[in-house]
Amino acid sequence: MLRQFLALLLSLSLFPAAPTKLNKDQRALHAASRLTFGPTVTDLAAIHKLGVDKWIEQQLHPETIPENPALLERLKTFETLQLSNKDLIAQYPRKAGKGAKNVQTVYRELAEAKLLRAVHSTHQLEELMADFWYNHFNVFFDKGADRLLVTSYERDAIRPHVLGNFKNLLLATTKHPAMLFYLDNWTSVSAENLDNLRDRFQRKKAAAKKKRAAGLNENYARELLELHTLGVDNGYTQTDVTEVARCFTGWTIDGLRDDPKFLFRPLMHDRKAKTVLGQAFLPGRGEEDGLQVIDMLVRHPATAKFISTKLAQRFVADTPPPALITKMAATFTKTQGDIREVMRTMLKSPEFWAASTYNAKVKMPFEMVASALRATNATVTNSAAIQQEFRAQGQPLYRKGEPTGYSPMAEEWTNSAALLSRMNFGLALVQNKVRGTRIDLTQTLANKTKPTEIAQALLLRAPAPETLRAIESKSETNPAQIAGLVLGSPEFQRR
Amino acid sequence: MTRRSLIQTAAFGFGALPAWLTRAAAQAPNGKKKTLVAIFQRGAMDGLNVLIPHGDKRYTALRPSLAIPRESALDLDGFFSLHPSLKPLYPLWQSKQLAAIQATGSPDPTRSHFDAQDFMESGTPGRKATRDGWLNRAIPAAQTPSPVRALSMGGTLARSLRGPAPAVAVNTLAGFQVRDNAQKDFMSMYAQSPDATLKSTGKDTFEAIRLLDSINKNKPASTATYPASRLGQSLAQIATVIKAGAGLEYAFADTTGWDTHTGQPARLEQLLTDLAQSLAAFHKDLGEQANDVTIVTMSEFGRTAKENGTRGTDHGHANVMFTLGSAIPGGKVHGTWPGLEQEQLYQQRDLAVTTDFRDVLATAIRHHNPATDLAKVFPDYRFRPIA
Repeated sequence: MLRQFLALLLSLSLFPAAPTKLNKDQRALHAASRLTFGPTVTDLAAIHKLGVDKWIEQQLHPETIPENPALLERLKTFETLQLSNKDLIAQYPRKAGKGAKNVQTVYRELAEAKLLRAVHSTHQLEELMADFWYNHFNVFFDKGADRLLVTSYERDAIRPHVLGNFKNLLLATTKHPAMLFYLDNWTSVSAENLDNLRDRFQRKKAAAKKKRAAGLNENYARELLELHTLGVDNGYTQTDVTEVARCFTGWTIDGLRDDPKFLFRPLMHDRKAKTVLGQAFLPGRGEEDGLQVIDMLVRHPATAKFISTKLAQRFVADTPPPALITKMAATFTKTQGDIREVMRTMLKSPEFWAASTYNAKVKMPFEMVASALRATNATVTNSAAIQQEFRAQGQPLYRKGEPTGYSPMAEEWTNSAALLSRMNFGLALVQNKVRGTRIDLTQTLANKTKPTEIAQALLLRAPAPETLRAIESKSETNPAQIAGLVLGSPEFQRR
Repeated sequence: MTRRSLIQTAAFGFGALPAWLTRAAAQAPNGKKKTLVAIFQRGAMDGLNVLIPHGDKRYTALRPSLAIPRESALDLDGFFSLHPSLKPLYPLWQSKQLAAIQATGSPDPTRSHFDAQDFMESGTPGRKATRDGWLNRAIPAAQTPSPVRALSMGGTLARSLRGPAPAVAVNTLAGFQVRDNAQKDFMSMYAQSPDATLKSTGKDTFEAIRLLDSINKNKPASTATYPASRLGQSLAQIATVIKAGAGLEYAFADTTGWDTHTGQPARLEQLLTDLAQSLAAFHKDLGEQANDVTIVTMSEFGRTAKENGTRGTDHGHANVMFTLGSAIPGGKVHGTWPGLEQEQLYQQRDLAVTTDFRDVLATAIRHHNPATDLAKVFPDYRFRPIA
């Protein structure tokens, strides 16, 4: 009884359950937790030196922050990253032949570069945004030709726009061969013959349907509306999907086998009149049909709301407050899709800084592993074992089959097998048992050995007293074991 | 090991009995639960050389170098035969436990492995944004379900089992462990955590760990010999959990390598031998409990009716599915034969689909749990049971 009372007292005094406002240290940690791949001592020092507002402003303008030179040197050794689609296909044929380079290199370098950037880049927010937008406009690496197109897709279509204008970003993805291939738009052709058929045999729906399958392909149109812009069931109908698909007929790939490029092929295009979201499109047009759809979608209030909601779900809370979404969506509309401004609105909002959001997000596997590597100041010389870890935890990089991308919601990542993998990863990491990765724990912990100090050094905050008690009650006091327990603790799974 | 001894082991080994186990023990004294096992053959099996239409005279003509001679195949009903490598399954056909459903497939025309597997596993052909899988949606809510009620064999949770109902991905029973003796520390840490969500996940995790560990350590020697393959080992472990009476109701396993564009005869022989030996061993291993287990096999699409120029076949349309158990009457080929004449082929090249793959899966689920809400499992779909 007395012990319970003391514990209660302790938790009340040192760990207020729901403080109404974050204090200065908490604000610094909150900013670092949400706007980096895991807070480090260096991040906190920078925030304290600059002030949190100025630090955020810097992160919103990554071009003003010098990039980590060691990272740049390392990335230079990855030869596939800078190759064009054409050169990649020429040098890394999918079927091995004489003198051909190993096609596995393409994935290895792509995935390792993503991990290294997340861990070592000084442009942390930019890296988070690159991850966010790739995931939003997801392409599955393993779908046939996409194995050699994703490198350029991320580099040329996603990265230049991560804090730029949404319309430019959207259009870059629409036209990239990786997306055209992934969602089949490159095969979608005019259904004019079908229209003739339909006019003549109005009742023979089955025949019309069969014909449509071979001509018009609605995959891209559907995901464009449902996943990329308006959001599911947000003010469009199945007819709109079909009409949008007709607008994008002819948006195809030229030279898929040797030099894939976007091409508008007028012969494939449906030139008849269309009606999209209630708006009439005149007959006889070409590429401008698709361009007008993009323009309409970017201006649509549902898009402003949907994009704001997705950003807030990743950066603020699984269920973001409606008031926050309203503000962000207003900025989106006012600035015609300026992503940096939408982010700024979010980061200046009281909702972002509400005490209820502090450490409230469960890390996605990529975030969990990257944050562990950052917290332990790890050196990764070969990321194969870590890529395997992403697979085990359910988030293999670039390998989400569905166009939905990975969910940022806690429910997706709190399952038995994934939690077990997280615990085992932490334990392996601190004992230098993850192949290709090295840490110097003594240095990271600055010779600290007490459980409470080790927890503080890795979490950069005090764990819940219950967690601390569990660690302290351990008979063995090897710092590595304690560090492993901290990385596997409930606290470390959140940000 | 009997169910009683498992419960005792669990109790003595780990203190308090998990709530689900006491409940399960009280409600099902014989420890019996029905189990549905879904097996995915990734890569698109060449159904025409598995359930062979020897009665269709076009068969041999379409496949001059690949056709299986009638005399070497296992006759089923005078029209169809089984590939000779499926011989280990022939007794199960004769005892009417094995059923074949011909010309099954998706209403979606895709010939992409990725899309077709995705549609089959999500159970929503043509709809790519479905987040959860058909098998997960088939799991009804339960108060205190067994921590191993749904098992996915392999490193990641299969698409079919992804979704809101708890399901555990297991590589090997022995490997489902916290390393470096840290289990007790983590267990007490999570048990006490003020973080309600992770506390609850932790509870599920440690219950599954303890249970699988106990099952694995106390498993009796099996009389069945499984192949060392991915499928064989997956089924061996599923059988272990079923035999322990631990409350396994939904399981998923897969086998890969069915994409036989080249050198098909030897590859198909090897794959079918593995399939047949694995299933036969599983059936033998389960003994009487096999009566409570339904197995259903699927592959994303079939292959071209005509062989290609490299002693193989390319991506096609309809395929054959099998069930083992009492969900669908065995010793019979179900469905309608669409024919192999040029004009009968889908797009003049592939076997046409006459049975929706969801008809087979829905029949199996309804047999497994008659209360299953099919509208939830397969939205926008009209059920046509196989009987």
